[in-house]
Amino acid sequence: MFDNPALIKAIFGRLTLESLPLHEPIVVGTFAVVALGGVALFGAVTYFKLWGYLWREWFTTVDHKRIGIMYMILGIVMLLRGFADAIMMRGQQMLAFNGSEGYLNAHHYDQIFTAHGVIMIFFVAMPLVTGLMNYVVPLQIGARDVSFPFLNNFSFWMTVGGAVLVMASLFIGEFARTGWLAYPPLSNLGYSPDVGVDYYIWALQVAGIGTTLSGINLICTIVKLRAPGMTMMKMPVFTWTSLCTNVLIVASFPVLTVVLALLSLDRYVGTNFFTNDFGGSPMMYVNLIWIWGHPEVYILVLPAFGIFSEVTSTFSGKRLFGYTSMVYATVVITILSYLVWLHHFFTMGSGASVNSFFGITTMIISIPTGAKMFNWLFTMYRGRIRFELPMMWTIAFMLTFVIGGMTGVLLAVPPADFVLHNSLFLVAHFHNVIIGGVLFGLFAGIGYWFPKAFGFRLDPFWGKLSFWFWVTGFFFAFMPLYVLGLMGVTRRLRVFDDPSLQIWFIIAGFGAFLILLGIGCMLMQFAVSFLRREQLRDVTGDPWNGRTLEWATSSPPPDYNFAFTPVVYDNDAWFDMKRRGYSRPLTGFKPIHMPSNTGTGIILAGLATAMGFALIWYIWWLAALCVIGLFVVAIGHTFNYHRDFDIPADEVVRVEEARTRLIAAGAK
Amino acid sequence: MRALKLLALLPFAAALGGCDFVVLAPAGDVAAQQRDLVVISTVLMLLIVLPVMALTVLFAWRYRQTNTQAAYDPEWDHSTGLELVIWSAPLLIIVCLGALTWMGTHLLDPYRTLGRIDSNRPVVAQDAPLNVEVVALDWKWLFIYPDYGVATVNELAAPVDRPIHFRITASSVMNSFYIPALAGQIYAMPGMETKLHAVANKPGSFKGFSANYSGAGFSGMHFTFKSLASTEFDGWIANVRASAAKLTRADYLKLERPSSNEPVRKYAAVDNDLYKAILNMCVEAGKMCMSEMMAIDAKGGLGHQGLNNTLPLTYDKYARRGAPLGPEPTYVAGICSVDELKGRTSPDLAAPLDMTPLRGIGLTRPPFSPANSSTSLLLGQRQKSDS
Repeated sequence: MFDNPALIKAIFGRLTLESLPLHEPIVVGTFAVVALGGVALFGAVTYFKLWGYLWREWFTTVDHKRIGIMYMILGIVMLLRGFADAIMMRGQQMLAFNGSEGYLNAHHYDQIFTAHGVIMIFFVAMPLVTGLMNYVVPLQIGARDVSFPFLNNFSFWMTVGGAVLVMASLFIGEFARTGWLAYPPLSNLGYSPDVGVDYYIWALQVAGIGTTLSGINLICTIVKLRAPGMTMMKMPVFTWTSLCTNVLIVASFPVLTVVLALLSLDRYVGTNFFTNDFGGSPMMYVNLIWIWGHPEVYILVLPAFGIFSEVTSTFSGKRLFGYTSMVYATVVITILSYLVWLHHFFTMGSGASVNSFFGITTMIISIPTGAKMFNWLFTMYRGRIRFELPMMWTIAFMLTFVIGGMTGVLLAVPPADFVLHNSLFLVAHFHNVIIGGVLFGLFAGIGYWFPKAFGFRLDPFWGKLSFWFWVTGFFFAFMPLYVLGLMGVTRRLRVFDDPSLQIWFIIAGFGAFLILLGIGCMLMQFAVSFLRREQLRDVTGDPWNGRTLEWATSSPPPDYNFAFTPVVYDNDAWFDMKRRGYSRPLTGFKPIHMPSNTGTGIILAGLATAMGFALIWYIWWLAALCVIGLFVVAIGHTFNYHRDFDIPADEVVRVEEARTRLIAAGAK
Repeated sequence: MRALKLLALLPFAAALGGCDFVVLAPAGDVAAQQRDLVVISTVLMLLIVLPVMALTVLFAWRYRQTNTQAAYDPEWDHSTGLELVIWSAPLLIIVCLGALTWMGTHLLDPYRTLGRIDSNRPVVAQDAPLNVEVVALDWKWLFIYPDYGVATVNELAAPVDRPIHFRITASSVMNSFYIPALAGQIYAMPGMETKLHAVANKPGSFKGFSANYSGAGFSGMHFTFKSLASTEFDGWIANVRASAAKLTRADYLKLERPSSNEPVRKYAAVDNDLYKAILNMCVEAGKMCMSEMMAIDAKGGLGHQGLNNTLPLTYDKYARRGAPLGPEPTYVAGICSVDELKGRTSPDLAAPLDMTPLRGIGLTRPPFSPANSSTSLLLGQRQKSDS
């Protein structure tokens, strides 16, 4: 039966044994390590009989706090993968001089830089940002959960589904060899006939649906679920930046979905949206993808700005300077971020007037951003600054981000861009803002809210070590790239013929090594903090003398977040409550209405991922089955009437009394 | 830690000495003006960036928790005067930078013909520009010199102080044509033409390359730009003319196939219409040129009958084109034959004048039958074509 090639093709599509990259020793080695690790993890979970616990308490949870934590875990796991790609690139560029081809062939190297970009943006920065928003926003506005808890679970698993597809491409077939935005014509079927671009498309489509839905969910949460008294202009700044970010998500991700859908039509049914022939226009793809892509960078950086605002104000022991102008600056950035996309391709031949228009709108963004910078500065002014880790990350951010901002405005001058576009100067610039802005912000946020999520602080020793490795590593890794850019070295090169460049790549490689140590120390920090959790325990729920509502509840917060919904009178609601002598209510608890866990989200996302896999490999029958399955499960879920339950008053009493005892014990 | 950081800066300083900062020290007037803009904008921005960095360090140090001498004002969160300053200071910088941008962008628009040779010499009438037609191939560069009827691969030469007018296109995917010493880059895109005006002011050999990733052979896609004295340039042209090779359409179709790290090639003669045909994606015999198609469309198109003017595709550079669920790949058949276009040396192909027979009036529609598309549905990818 299996000697009929037509039948085998009908069953397996274009998936054959040759699709497995057995001829690439590096990939085989990686696979062995990942497989061993996976087997060990699987075995451990089975041995400790944790599957049931994980399924009931985590995989099917609709609790925004647990989903937030799972997003963070996803982001950190993917950071390891994305960073492995980075250090392989650095190694290749260090070695490939004086006639040496380095250790990566073009087929492998081109996948690596594509995967690095895709993973770092979509599966590291996005999950970390979404995770923090998910965890913190409902607590900051005094809500019990997000507006649509089931949707939240579904969004998370769709993001995981996308990540699974990207990871699968490492071992089954290949990933795209097009650069992280997959510009046609290179990403068209004619020039990328293999599965790489299809993996790219379906990973982003599956994850993109999750991101869009999570954006809708958080907008709705912020607009509808704020505690009584919290008017828009009394919202914490992190909530404001989250609102703006989610508006950006909802308005821009559909563009990504559509442009990838058009590309997949080109690749699957032979339409000509982006082909060279038959009236297709690759330039339209470039425009559309950047209409999504530029807002995307603000999607990432705005929440980081929010984190810095919270951290600066808390650790300076002072109200945030210029709250109103901070909010307006955020909103202005949100709007302007839609008017600048063309600055990513000044060199595509638009006229001088078009180029100058987009150049100038780009520069205008630096005005509200500069205002924010000054606001943080004057928040520190006449403060009492405690240099805990989150504050250290904030200072490091302020010093590095202004450099990235400056080179960004420089690149917005079209004639300057003509000489620096696509060079390593550009690479240095966007790493300068994404690492110096987004990642430092996320690290500050992780350090800041970790005690809230887990009830103990992060170990400061390993944290500081990690901080110094990251910051010095960053400067070593990226300052040489600015220099190389000024020497006219372009990005994505695999081999070099000018030996005088090598020293710079060695310095950059050394920087990447320092960052590796930084990541190692960070993982160590998590492990050490867990082991020392009793010494680092926070019993008050308010370890930093915080100012916003998330610090009003216990660490970690109970399932229902707040036994009584707080009432807000001031921007810094919790600080205001403390100042006015707030005392925790100890009686009068009522049953609390909560959403029930459901497995539908993970099942739907699993089917969507399988559908993506089937479409990548042309396994049409499986794709059809998955689509039918998606409909059946989605419709079936509408008949699920067990969607909610009440936490009985007794249970609330028990939890709150436990907290009272804990606070009393801590006070001794 | 701080001492360590300073020590770590030493190799930077050492390395800076022996480097060729071509972007900051170019050999062409356009690139030099672009460099000036880079420097001026950076200085303008440092006006605000440096104080911010200094203030960050100062405030962080002065208002540290242990310094109880410093003022502490936990409720101070607003100052209208200060807000005015922090919004208007960046605004002022951006107004200056914006004005600079508007002027610089128009002045240095790559499509604009040059007004000056360098800062002291305007372009005069007898400085006829050197025309160069540039084609980005997978993964090498083809340069056609229409004024001289010669072509080269991976080597470009031009006389010093003579304006150069580049017309740029590509054969398959996007690239970017960039000679850092000469002028800023511009994309090279298939089926489209971009333009670049530049001039070299110093003799020498400079690097040129693709600055937009274009596939497996991208790293090797560079060429030498030779800026030569006028007499040397004539010698160079004579040297190219002395080569035995000629570039016909058939040769081009062989040349455009993917290959990397190509050596320099010189062609003593080149098909007159080759660049136009590449730009209009009709080098293969029998394919309709884009210019022709656009001219027909501009006059109302071929109507329903035009749908049938396609033939099965037989020529592929890489893999067989055609989507798994789509119809068999086709191309639009040319109506004017290539031979008719030959000998016309006007820079742009004009539309055919008499449109009547092309509309298909009175012609019957051939039956529509996609070849073998039913089998391609289930069986995945087709075999690679052998053409």
